[in-house]
Amino acid sequence: MSEGTSEATGGIRDEWPLYEIFVRGKRGLNHVHVGSLHAADDEMALRHARDVYTRRNEGVSIWAVRADLVAASSPDEKDPLFAPAGDKVYRHPTFYAIPDDVPHM
Amino acid sequence: MTAQPETERLASFEGTLARHDRIEPRDWMPERYRSTLVRQIAQHAHSEIIGMQPEGNWLTRAPSLRRKAILLAKVQDEAGHGLYLYSACETLGVSRRELTEKLLAGQQKYSSIFNYPTLSYADVGTIGWLVDGAAICNQVPLCRTSYGPYGRSMIRICKEESFHQRQGFELLATMMRGTDEQRAMVQESVDRFWWPSLMMFGPPDADSPNTEQSMAWGIKRDTNDELRQKFVDMTVPQAQALGVTLPDPALVWNEERGHHDFGQPDWDEFAAVVKGAGPCNAQRIAHRRRAHEEGAWVREAATAFAAKGASR
Repeated sequence: MSEGTSEATGGIRDEWPLYEIFVRGKRGLNHVHVGSLHAADDEMALRHARDVYTRRNEGVSIWAVRADLVAASSPDEKDPLFAPAGDKVYRHPTFYAIPDDVPHM
Repeated sequence: MTAQPETERLASFEGTLARHDRIEPRDWMPERYRSTLVRQIAQHAHSEIIGMQPEGNWLTRAPSLRRKAILLAKVQDEAGHGLYLYSACETLGVSRRELTEKLLAGQQKYSSIFNYPTLSYADVGTIGWLVDGAAICNQVPLCRTSYGPYGRSMIRICKEESFHQRQGFELLATMMRGTDEQRAMVQESVDRFWWPSLMMFGPPDADSPNTEQSMAWGIKRDTNDELRQKFVDMTVPQAQALGVTLPDPALVWNEERGHHDFGQPDWDEFAAVVKGAGPCNAQRIAHRRRAHEEGAWVREAATAFAAKGASR
């Protein structure tokens, strides 16, 4: 899920670490990933995130997470990781036949 | 997990494109898809960053506080757009520092339009109307580009470009309601920027070697000539509303085609500007290099401060 892979910063001396930025658009909504930026520390990451990603009231709350601290599933594991969900049709409400005249169900 | 063989990976990549699904950062992708994206996104990011200079030139001389606040907000947006795009480009495994170094060394390009000077204040309006208008034409289809992070950056950028274009048009419309001298300033500015704006779409399709592959990969959605035509058709009625003349004697409505016919820009001039011989190429890079070097102590101080905080 992390868009900034750790390779993105590897090998370049002195570059500020990469942070992934998440913004809550308004109360009642989840924080959503909006992009990344570089900052020397957490506080600067939040300040930069405010200037880069919320110039037009796009958010009421910001999370900044060091990209190298994000654990992400690998795209190569997509099938083994998500396939088990595919054959459990009984987990979905449409699996169950209910007579048409039964209300509110 | 055993690694898939190359042919299976390629089939999976092409299957994703065929379903019009997006390619995401950690997916396998052909090396040329990756390098084409890096080249295109980097050039786009650099254009936003260098693009701050022509308009920044008028920040201290904007004619009112209102116009100055608008121009400041717009130039700040260009910086933001550059950062969105650097962020997208970094997901392809290049670092921002590397991109910055390549820009400063002249190894990566930016849009040729920013190598033209802003000689009068009317240019601020013309850049908003024509240059940002052309950029919007280019960028709206890129919201559906096949690479996820690039498309998401373009969606954010397009939302903000609309403000840029409208403020430019409004500025020019205000000047057109002013004195004869102001109207002449607007016309003179449009005369200078019309042809370079048409060049922003790149060379004619016949001379654009990358277009076919980029379209097959879904990186580009329309050809250079298609977008140029769309821009001309869109701009003609806007010019009429403003009361300015577009400086092309060949510009005429073609009933049969349902489009305007128009003349070709001077492609030799375009080639020369791309190669570095435009009026402002050296100045733009020298300015960017100076700003980068003079900012070094700030970057170092912030790094030292962060290290001190971490060791406490």
